[in-house]
Amino acid sequence: MTRAPVADFRRVTFGYSRVEGRRRAFAITDVSFDVRPGEILGVIGPNSAGKTTILRLLTGVLEPAAGEVRIEDVPLARLGSVEIARRVAVVPQTLPEAFPFTVGELVLMGRYPHGPGRLFESEEDREVARRVMEETGLLELAGVAFARLSGGERQRAVIARALAQRPRLLALDEPTTHLDLRYQAQCAELVQRLSREDGVGVLLISHDMNLAAELCDRLLLLAEGQLLALGPPEEVLDPGLLGTAFGCAVVVERSRTTGCPVVRAAWSNTVVERG
Amino acid sequence: MSPVRRLLVALTTLLAVLAAVAVVSLLVGSAAVEPAAVLWAVLGRAEPESLESVVTVGLRLPRIAAAILAGGALAVAGVGFQALTRNPLAEPAVLGVSSGAAFGVVIAQVLGLSATVLETLGLAVFAFAGAVLAATAVWIVASAQRGLVIQTLLLAGVIVGIFFSSAIAVVVSLVDVNRLGGVIHWLLGNLAPVPRPSLALFAALAALGVWLIARDARELNLLALGEETATQLGVATERLKLRIFLGAALLTGAVVAFAGPIGFVGLVVPHVLRRIVGEDNRVLVPTALVAGAAFLLGADTIARTVIAPAELSVGVITSFCGAPVFVYVLRSQRRPAP
Repeated sequence: MTRAPVADFRRVTFGYSRVEGRRRAFAITDVSFDVRPGEILGVIGPNSAGKTTILRLLTGVLEPAAGEVRIEDVPLARLGSVEIARRVAVVPQTLPEAFPFTVGELVLMGRYPHGPGRLFESEEDREVARRVMEETGLLELAGVAFARLSGGERQRAVIARALAQRPRLLALDEPTTHLDLRYQAQCAELVQRLSREDGVGVLLISHDMNLAAELCDRLLLLAEGQLLALGPPEEVLDPGLLGTAFGCAVVVERSRTTGCPVVRAAWSNTVVERG
Repeated sequence: MSPVRRLLVALTTLLAVLAAVAVVSLLVGSAAVEPAAVLWAVLGRAEPESLESVVTVGLRLPRIAAAILAGGALAVAGVGFQALTRNPLAEPAVLGVSSGAAFGVVIAQVLGLSATVLETLGLAVFAFAGAVLAATAVWIVASAQRGLVIQTLLLAGVIVGIFFSSAIAVVVSLVDVNRLGGVIHWLLGNLAPVPRPSLALFAALAALGVWLIARDARELNLLALGEETATQLGVATERLKLRIFLGAALLTGAVVAFAGPIGFVGLVVPHVLRRIVGEDNRVLVPTALVAGAAFLLGADTIARTVIAPAELSVGVITSFCGAPVFVYVLRSQRRPAP
């Protein structure tokens, strides 16, 4: 039995009404893909390729001009914002500078869509939040102000808040940008465990193509709002495709340890093997 | 401690404090009345025309009621504006909203509204309109740049405040001063006894404003995540912001209409409370209501006794408390993140 994809983009087109600069920045045109349960789909591409637009379309913050977004086989347009939030959780890049709450309070905020009429969280909400903090190693930090956490702890706390929503789809927007290596690894392991063990679909937006190559089951390459490629990392991380997308020469090698593709820009002193 | 327990403990403590302040406030004043006589008068056993009855029932009790209403309303308005702007310095007076409301009241007085209940309602409507006008102006000026930057917001508040203060000065100069009796005293914030029907109206307006903010306290917490994240969690942020905006403007307008533009209550009270009960707006809103009442009642008791038989404007006392807190919060905001 095949389960319905947790998210399904069907020929989605979106353009912001105001034209910024020469091109309609952040617009996307005729993009189709799906995210299956337990799958990690990476979205890669240059700046303003439309990666964040996909995220916003996925949560109903933006509505497509054409095409349809479906969540677990239900058109997004038919779901209210609370119903969407029970299925899709977004991990933003950062929280506002002066976010004043504690870790425990932050994680409990993720329970909002499960009882928006309540002024205070239920016992069940507290139990879910406690379990999520346990899974992410945050239990001891529950009473600590978010502003006092280190970069890695912050990232875990923000992910924990999203997990408290108990989503079917977890969307992460550049989760490792502000993290050093150790925390990048922790974050990657956490995401992998979620998809493998809990069957959560993951949409990972990342600049870091090497992380994406190792972590993702499939990659989606976007450039100027167009879908250039969709498939396993080995196929998508092709020097020709990436060169077109990023507008520069790209070298793809193979990691000696994992066998995964390793991508970097070719600059003047790069020796390109010609085969 | 769960937020519900924290709320109950804090609320009980604060209600006790408020009761104590109210008792002191009832007992002291420029007219020397024995405590026993005060008690007698409050219980309605004294002669209606006697000194103790006139002083306690006629003057002190309504004034205590007005101080409780105004203090609670201002503190809750402060919490509302702070959650809306995500800035602990936002407050009706700092944002210039009080000045806008005061301008509305002055216009209403020029038009001849003052004494009867219906006219007081008109006064409150003008004050509310002035508050909305000023708050909208601040919002537009401050969000001209991308997002709401703290410094821009404060500057916008100062500018709008100065503008409306000047407008008030113009109106006062143009109109026969006798028609605007006591306007200077009122402009500093003055809790003169309010007649009973007007007091009931004040209470109703304050209750409406507090309800508008308190019912959305959980959503206000989520707003601290940023608007987009709050939306992605299912909060209807635009409607939420509008309700809070109107609620806070209504509270400010009501206070200004009945007691004048009293500054800094909405800054000092939430600031001190956050240190004790934390940031959760579900705890902060009800406790601010009671703590604000106790704070303003205390300030007013000082204002009317410290230079007796003359009295200070209560706004002078709250500003003396508020200015240092403002500077402190501003400086601690500038501290670079660890």
